Amino acid sequence: MSGSAELNRSRTVDWALMLYVVLAYAFVFAPIAASFVFSFNSDRFPSIPLGEFSLDWYRAVATDPLVWDGARNTLFVGLIVGIVSTALGFGAAYTDYRYKFAGKQVYLALALLPPTIPVIILGLAMLAYLSRINLSGNALSVIISHVVVCAPFAMAIIRLRLSQMDPALEPAAWNLGASEWMAMRHVIVPFCAPAIFGALFITMAVSFDEFAVAWFVSGLNETLPVKVLGFLQGQVSPRINAIGTFVFILSMTLVILAQLLLSGRGAKPADKE
Amino acid sequence: MSRDTLVSFEGVVKTFGSFVAVQKLDFEIKKGEFLAIMGSSGCGKTTTLRMLAGLEAPTEGVIRLSGKPINDLPTWSRDTPMVWQSLALFPFLNVRENVEFALKMRGVGKAERRKRAEQWLDRMQITEFAERNISQLSGGQRQRVALARSLVVEPEILLLDEPLSALDAALKVRMQSVLKNLQRETGITFVYVTHSQSEAFSMADRVVIMSRGVIEQIGTPQEIYRTPRTRFVADFLGSSNLFSGKVRAGGQGQVLETPTGQFVLYGQVAAVGEAATLTVLDTKTHLSVEKPAGAVNVVPVRVIGEEFVGATATLYLETAQGQEIRVQKGHDEIADLPTDIGQSLYAWWNPQDGHLVAEA
Repeated sequence: MSGSAELNRSRTVDWALMLYVVLAYAFVFAPIAASFVFSFNSDRFPSIPLGEFSLDWYRAVATDPLVWDGARNTLFVGLIVGIVSTALGFGAAYTDYRYKFAGKQVYLALALLPPTIPVIILGLAMLAYLSRINLSGNALSVIISHVVVCAPFAMAIIRLRLSQMDPALEPAAWNLGASEWMAMRHVIVPFCAPAIFGALFITMAVSFDEFAVAWFVSGLNETLPVKVLGFLQGQVSPRINAIGTFVFILSMTLVILAQLLLSGRGAKPADKE
Repeated sequence: MSRDTLVSFEGVVKTFGSFVAVQKLDFEIKKGEFLAIMGSSGCGKTTTLRMLAGLEAPTEGVIRLSGKPINDLPTWSRDTPMVWQSLALFPFLNVRENVEFALKMRGVGKAERRKRAEQWLDRMQITEFAERNISQLSGGQRQRVALARSLVVEPEILLLDEPLSALDAALKVRMQSVLKNLQRETGITFVYVTHSQSEAFSMADRVVIMSRGVIEQIGTPQEIYRTPRTRFVADFLGSSNLFSGKVRAGGQGQVLETPTGQFVLYGQVAAVGEAATLTVLDTKTHLSVEKPAGAVNVVPVRVIGEEFVGATATLYLETAQGQEIRVQKGHDEIADLPTDIGQSLYAWWNPQDGHLVAEA
């Protein structure tokens, strides 16, 4: 920050803006924070004043085999979805970077389209389609559906990274004796590594949290968010808070990891002097 | 093709859609020479270099390297390393890994790779930075890394695409002598693409001047400077005063009739009636206050400006017809003249300092 900018700033405005940011975040995170607090509360119903500190709800969750099933499904699906979506996203982003072809705009629009489709419609369509080809109601169907939703995110992240690359970098590798595959392995992938890992974590997080599509296609292999809805329909229990806290921390960890990778030192474009 | 030819372009044409980047290129690059290809942007110089590197395929014609046609050889199978304008160093590798890259791609073993990289790091005086990241290097150090990275395979030819354009003036001059010495010591053929006349003239044994995809002139810097072959070249170099007109038979020989006046030509140089341009170097154009006795080519001029460039100074003058004339002289010579704006002077030159080029 330059000295003159420092000099010309009004303290009142500064404080007001800071307060605004704090309030905005408070508004966004209050429900999550409430869920977090009540997950450690001994009372059956969320009410103030709070009861005692207790880990009962976590114990209840941890001993529930149904929750473990859901968690296992979620993790398994998320891991596969992350890997497949990132691979597909990388391919799509590289195609966009490397080649010029007729209809490229259409190609890009179609590749980025799935997240804009309302999830209910996407879920319904997936169910209709997958059941027709006998793939509905199992973990594979959730994986397929989630890849459709997640791959565009991976593509967007990796495409941004490729756009920061010196266009001479890949031809320079060829010129130094690397075949196209070798240049891919030794130049493109290392350059994109932060974005590739970033995309992996983000797509996993999206898959963990996704509910609507999974609800339609998961059948008996319910993921955790689907299970949670099942609980809620039966009874309102603070166990939900415990699960919510757990899922939230897991997702946040992934998103923060991705953030670190995408804004870290390695991700900076090679500065040209 | 003679024995010491390394590269030959034979009728090479390159088009991009309807745009003709290079038309009918025919020239040879000799073994061990420092060749500069010079021209303004869009003249086809970079396309020519990229075709030699194998990054573009010629639309027509043949490019030979050591006698063998290389048109269909992909760039990774040629030994034609290039130093890029952006340098294109790999930001995720350190200096040593950058230098080792080409050897690694060629399957050279780890120990051998390290040894050979070491030699070039040492030669380019960057051994102490071997473990550093590219982002921690200065502009000049990066240049050295780029050179070491390309030269580590000990090629017969090195291609350079305006590698110095991003450097400041002082460093540019230093790197020019580094490059020239490196070329002399290694005997590797350098092909250097640039838009800068000072870079081309200070380093190259021969210079190719291109314009709109065509070679205008090939020659040593001295030849090109003293005897530009076309009006374009004289204009591009910008170191001559140009007078266009028609050749006529005069009293003792031939004269060129121009809007500025009639000028005596040196010897029988052109067919009478032909359109031609007389070029006179700005250093060979003289000035005097009185009309010089005995001088045959005299133009009355008015001073319109002066530019002081250290050891020399440039005077800008204008003829009655509004044509600009430049005179470059040692600073002390110009100090003897009255050079106030609007001052009337006489510009003159000896007929033997005039050089006639075809086309007006």
